[in-house]
Amino acid sequence: MKPVLEVKGLSKNFGGLRALNDVDLTIHQGEIVALIGPNGAGKTTFFNCITGIYVPTEGSVTLHKGEQAIVLNGKKPHEVTALGMARTFQNIRLFPDMTVLENVMVGRHCRTKAGIIGALLRDPITRAETQDSIDKSYALLESVNLHEVYHETARNLSYGAQRRLEIARAMATEPQVLLLDEPAAGMNPQETRELEGLVQQIREQNELSILLIEHDMGMVMSMSDRIYVMEYGSRIAAGTPAEIRSNPQVIKAYLGEGDYA
Amino acid sequence: MDFQYFLELFFGGLTRGSIYALIALGYTLVYGIIELINFAHGEVYMIGAFTALIVAGLLGFTGFPAAGILVVAALAAVIWCAAYGYTLEKVAYKPLRGAPRLSPLISAIGMSIFLQNYVLLSQTSDFVPFPRLLPEFDFLEYIGYIMGPSDFLILVTSTCTMVALTCFIRYTKMGKAMRATAQNRKMAMLLGIDADRIISLTFIVGSALAAIGGVLIASHMGQVNFNIGFLAGMKAFTAAVLGGIGSLPGAMLGGMVLGLCESFTTGYISGNYEDVLAFGILIVILIFRPDGILGKAKVQKV
Amino acid sequence: MQRILKSALVALWFMVLTFPLLAIKINPVSKTVSWHFDRVAMLAVGIFVLALGWDWCFSRKNRGLPVFSLPQNITARMSAIANNMALRRASLFFIVGALVAMPLTSSLYQTNIMISALLYVMLALGLNIVVGLAGQLVLGYAAFYAVGAYTYGILFQHFGLGFWACLPLGGVFAVLFGLGLGFPVLRLRGDYLAIVTLGFGEIVRLSLQNWSDLTGGPAGIANIPRPGLFGVDLSLEGSTTYIYYLVLAAVFLTVLVIGRLRNSRVGLALKALREDEIACEAMGINLMRIKLSAFALGSCWAGFAGVIFAAKTTFINPSSFTFMDSCMILSMVVLGGMGSISGVAIAAMILILAPEYLRAFSEYRMLIFGLIMVLMMIFRPQGLVSGEKLTYRISALLAKGKGGAA
Ligand SMILES: Nc1ncnc2c1ncn2[C@@H]1O[C@H](COP(=O)(O)OP(=O)(O)OP(=O)(O)O)[C@@H](O)[C@H]1O
Ligand SMILES: [Mg+2]
Repeated sequence: MKPVLEVKGLSKNFGGLRALNDVDLTIHQGEIVALIGPNGAGKTTFFNCITGIYVPTEGSVTLHKGEQAIVLNGKKPHEVTALGMARTFQNIRLFPDMTVLENVMVGRHCRTKAGIIGALLRDPITRAETQDSIDKSYALLESVNLHEVYHETARNLSYGAQRRLEIARAMATEPQVLLLDEPAAGMNPQETRELEGLVQQIREQNELSILLIEHDMGMVMSMSDRIYVMEYGSRIAAGTPAEIRSNPQVIKAYLGEGDYA
Repeated sequence: MDFQYFLELFFGGLTRGSIYALIALGYTLVYGIIELINFAHGEVYMIGAFTALIVAGLLGFTGFPAAGILVVAALAAVIWCAAYGYTLEKVAYKPLRGAPRLSPLISAIGMSIFLQNYVLLSQTSDFVPFPRLLPEFDFLEYIGYIMGPSDFLILVTSTCTMVALTCFIRYTKMGKAMRATAQNRKMAMLLGIDADRIISLTFIVGSALAAIGGVLIASHMGQVNFNIGFLAGMKAFTAAVLGGIGSLPGAMLGGMVLGLCESFTTGYISGNYEDVLAFGILIVILIFRPDGILGKAKVQKV
Repeated sequence: MQRILKSALVALWFMVLTFPLLAIKINPVSKTVSWHFDRVAMLAVGIFVLALGWDWCFSRKNRGLPVFSLPQNITARMSAIANNMALRRASLFFIVGALVAMPLTSSLYQTNIMISALLYVMLALGLNIVVGLAGQLVLGYAAFYAVGAYTYGILFQHFGLGFWACLPLGGVFAVLFGLGLGFPVLRLRGDYLAIVTLGFGEIVRLSLQNWSDLTGGPAGIANIPRPGLFGVDLSLEGSTTYIYYLVLAAVFLTVLVIGRLRNSRVGLALKALREDEIACEAMGINLMRIKLSAFALGSCWAGFAGVIFAAKTTFINPSSFTFMDSCMILSMVVLGGMGSISGVAIAAMILILAPEYLRAFSEYRMLIFGLIMVLMMIFRPQGLVSGEKLTYRISALLAKGKGGAA
């Protein structure tokens, strides 16, 4: 398997706080990789650093596209997205006053071209592009089962629906790597199971890899090919679910003294 | 001779600066607690000047001694401004807690326009002369060439006020509660601090400071007008940003620095661009160092 | 009962609060005092009623109900109109017809008022791009208006350029100023941006006031020619009518442009910027580009409006471009509804025409503008006309619809 995303020695300091400390992580083509760790371990910070929202203090992030290796550090978030990394947010960040369909259409922005002149002239090329964007967005809504409410305002959706909409919006950017930050947070078990199915389906239907932050251990263990564990900004373990489950350091640090499994 | 001119400008700048500082404190206090640019703050200052004018006018007809009038007028201005500040917050800002960030700002701008026109309509659009109420200080004769009685009074009063405020914030229970709320409102509330009361208190204190500034400037300049609040407010805000918004020593420092800058450019270069200078400083600071001289950088959390 | 008591207390509080300023007026020159107790009494009654209404409004707001029921009716009716194509065409036709016929049937005075109302519609719609669509609170919009007006004034005075040459140039210069302001403020947060644009607007105005050689200083520039019509010399009435149609055409063009823009990829990006900057950037939108586009588009319209304004009044000076003018335009956007075209146009019309025709109202004009901004933010932040959702044609649904019918 060839790597899609390679992160080496990533560190991030906030003043005196070292939120990330020399973290390595590799994702291969088609993999689902989970990133777990207790609250405040630095998982979200890791996402922010590799998507360009924060500038990492040290380390490198490389995206492999075919034969090309693209260095992502120093790139702006929109460039990172255009290169093929899309994310969702832990504390949902939809465009609340736009409709569900419009939310997804915004995700199409970096894959479309029409500018101001096109908007004013409404030439056939622009019209075709807009229509294509509408239809693709609608199709994505169908895949997350939100097509029936496509005309609803996003803020009126239920919590679970908002999370699914965020995934659809991220998918609209046609990513190579999809980053999900606690997609199951606030969902009930039923919704979580549906979400698992959705994520699996996305992986199968599109050629992409998924990096997942999640606190729901059931979901993490059943879905991921590999798991990375973080604590206090450092990576303390990496391996298959079975390995992680039996790793004493993880059990102690992350799962506490109580037993899991 | 040249040095004397320099001293004159220097003290003139300090005088101005201390007024800016007094008003700037109000901006900084409010911003520190609810992250709102209280746009109507300049108007409260203007209302303070007007209230003092009215009270002084009333007392003036009764033949009260001048120094006594000044004190009573200042007291009245402080009380009424505090009431205006309190009401302002209850009417225009409190209903907007939790609204998108720009809503309270727009509301504040609306309130500023409203208050200006309220004074315009109920009083007058002309400049009104402010009675001469300042006592003469004998000892000032020696340095009279660099500092008049009003400069002296302004410097002393504003210094005392700022010291008092610092003590209040540092050592009293209410002051501590204010600091706690500014640092972390949720946490402060969990610890039993009534955030609503603290916010009201902040507006009251800030407005009282602005009132003192208003009285001082009115007796210094000798006239007031309904739109003096806008420019003074903007300059004071500049001072607050210059020093680092949210920081009390910053507001004082910023006020002084701005006052001195203005005084020296007016004295050595030209008076035409005095206001441009203030706005220029405001823009440059906000763009290049939005945390000001003493402010702490804040990182936006994602 | 408790409510009434509370309202009475509030009224009492306001009586005390406003007493010195409302009731006492000192004349320091003649050393006389005039008392106005009637004003305080009137205010107390007013506040009492308002306080009752205030509570009622909040109880509605807290229950999630709309506060203003009348505008709600209007919106309902409007959406009914919007859905009924024939009615929509008819009403549109009627409005356009009335606007076109207006100068033929009314006096010069009224035509002039209408011209300024339409100019403000144009300005408000332009600001609506920046504030309403893109969510960038700009408080110095009058500066761009001034740039347009002075472009015409100065170019005419020094180079003898005519209206038609200056119209595009006014737009270009305004855009240059817009970009000049836009670049440095890209990174600024919402409220800081507002203050910086305010400072910028004031600096532009103060510069116009002080740079006498170029701008004529506080006196401004006089004798700016009205636009010519193929070299024909028009009478005052003729040229007023001409300018009227010019402004009307400009407004139609503005509506068309913004309507199309709002429906486009760029429009979506602007709205996304308004809603959440970080998510917007994470969705692959170049923040710098989209913000600069918003600034450029917004300032462009102000520039055009400025040139037309100079041509209409034939005389410009810095006092037409103060912070208050910026606020007036902003209050139109706020009242009309951020991002709504019809709402903002209607609000601009109301706010300019009402003081003209209701004389009693005109003195209180700015007072009411201020009040509107506060009340709208509290009770109806989305503006009079809200909830305008764009409809999209979805091929899959259309195909299904046809399949079902067959
Ligand atoms: N912008 C910031 N400025 C300062 N400190 C920050 C910032 N962002 C995160 N931190 C700190 O970095 C540490 C890691 O935070 P992070 O949000 O990455 O944790 P997390 O693993 O995502 O936790 P959770 O499971 O609660 O989401 C925390 O101590 C947090 O307070
Ligand atoms: Mg997190």
